[in-house]
Amino acid sequence: MKNYSEDWEAVIGLEIHVQLSTKSKLFSGASTDFGALPNTQACNIDLAMPGVLPVLNEEVLKMAVKLGKALNAEINSPTSFARKNYFYPDSPKGYQISQMDKPIVENGYLDIETENGGKRIGVTRAHLEEDAGKSLHDDFEGQSGIDLNRAGTPLLEIVSEPEINTPEEAVAYLKSIHSIIRYLEISDGNMAEGSMRCDANVSVRKIGEEKLGTRTETKNVNSFRFVEKAIQYEIERQIHEIESGNKITQETRLYDSQANTTRPMRSKEFANDYRYFPEPDLLPVNLEKEFIEEVLATMPEMPTEKKERFVSEFSLSQYDADLLAADKDIAEFFEQVTKVSNSPKLSANWIMGELSAELNNENLNIKESKVSSNKLGQLISRIEDGTISGKIAKDIFEKIWTTGKEVDDIIKEEGLEQVTDDKEIESMIDEVIKNNPQQLEQYRSGKDRLFGFFVGQVMKASQGKANPKQVNDILKSKLEK
Amino acid sequence: MALSDQELKEIAYLARISVKEESLPSLKKELEDILDLFKQLDEANTSEVNAMSHPLDLSQPTRKDEVTEEDLRDELLKNAPSVKSGLFLVPKVIDGEN
Repeated sequence: MKNYSEDWEAVIGLEIHVQLSTKSKLFSGASTDFGALPNTQACNIDLAMPGVLPVLNEEVLKMAVKLGKALNAEINSPTSFARKNYFYPDSPKGYQISQMDKPIVENGYLDIETENGGKRIGVTRAHLEEDAGKSLHDDFEGQSGIDLNRAGTPLLEIVSEPEINTPEEAVAYLKSIHSIIRYLEISDGNMAEGSMRCDANVSVRKIGEEKLGTRTETKNVNSFRFVEKAIQYEIERQIHEIESGNKITQETRLYDSQANTTRPMRSKEFANDYRYFPEPDLLPVNLEKEFIEEVLATMPEMPTEKKERFVSEFSLSQYDADLLAADKDIAEFFEQVTKVSNSPKLSANWIMGELSAELNNENLNIKESKVSSNKLGQLISRIEDGTISGKIAKDIFEKIWTTGKEVDDIIKEEGLEQVTDDKEIESMIDEVIKNNPQQLEQYRSGKDRLFGFFVGQVMKASQGKANPKQVNDILKSKLEK
Repeated sequence: MALSDQELKEIAYLARISVKEESLPSLKKELEDILDLFKQLDEANTSEVNAMSHPLDLSQPTRKDEVTEEDLRDELLKNAPSVKSGLFLVPKVIDGEN
């Protein structure tokens, strides 16, 4: 993976913006629905008309408290808002309401797993802030168009400690945050639509060096894979620059996924100075103990807990449990399938095998699966009780996928029950042996490998329906005669 | 507290105030006087005082997460000097940051 010399190490910190899935905005009662016509969800407050005042949405406090708990963090009470001042047309007030000194969530951590083992990454803070509108740079007679529907949408910005050292760790951390926000149902976490956005602060230094190198910030990378590639590129670029005798400039860069490079954004005449100050339009927020307790009582089982339960309750391997528990919808589907099939291991295999292959094929998520959890559970129970073989089950799965029929109906209609009658299997075996005298002779003269050939022939003769274990046993005794 | 011309220009830029070159000396004096006034605050002993982010000793009231605002786009767009296809039009902007 590493293309650079072992003398260097990277220091990476991530800032993740998570769009909270509230119905209304952070400080106004305008809708946050995605995809509405421009400016139809931008009210007086979002537009910063004179005399309006922000009114805080209670739901965002609940969401932030849950996230804080999931990140093993402290909840600040009182927590207060601040103004971050800058001029840009998609921010009508001329400032963004954010948090500075007393972010709602502080001093947490997250344990991540990579191929090189586990690691704890510190979470410095998570603060509430409002999103900006959108600037459309298509040609409006030389002007830009402004859509303020997104202005004021609540965001939680989660800031990690600079304790991440590789692109792999960065992705593991990001995926873990993604999993948590989906479990908590505080955001849909859709990176392509921008409901989760990641900025990466990257610097490099020689191993053993205490002092941090000059960092750059790479903005708005919109998929897990691009985060890994953008950071990888940026590390290599910085090392190359330094080894060529150049200095790294502290700057903001944009990732170009087509060219797989980062390039500097237009540099500003002066360094950013947001002149933060306490937001006079909002009082500090006291989070009462009862309020926090009520919120925490609604916390769902989190990915790590679920994973551990899958291992202890269903005897799944760590690997399987990890894959299934990472996504809330997949985990729920698995539990429903298992309830019907009574076979956790087979259920896990089918979900991660056949089912995810089909889902990937048709670009569907598990909630859109054309084979319901109930039907998959029944199918697996028919393998377990010996009605059908695993191979036939795959054909039936395909049929359910395309027709939506019931498992037992397909088995009955197409006569797919497994042949388990010893007599019937014996006669098929006799037929195969009779038709292959040459192979029989070779087998008896010591060519053991031909056993597989006979099994194959019998299975073929039975159209895959013979019980493989019985075929094996009976065939062995017949051939040895 | 002394300000350099460069600092003064930066402050003016951040506030989007255009300052004529000839008014720099008087503006500088006024701003320095203000900063000196604030400097008096440093003399107060605040070791026992908690940071205060708002003068009112109350907690922020909240509202329920409900959509209460209707679409007033057509009315609101009337405030803008230039609009098209439901968008506010502004001088071309590129490479912004948020």
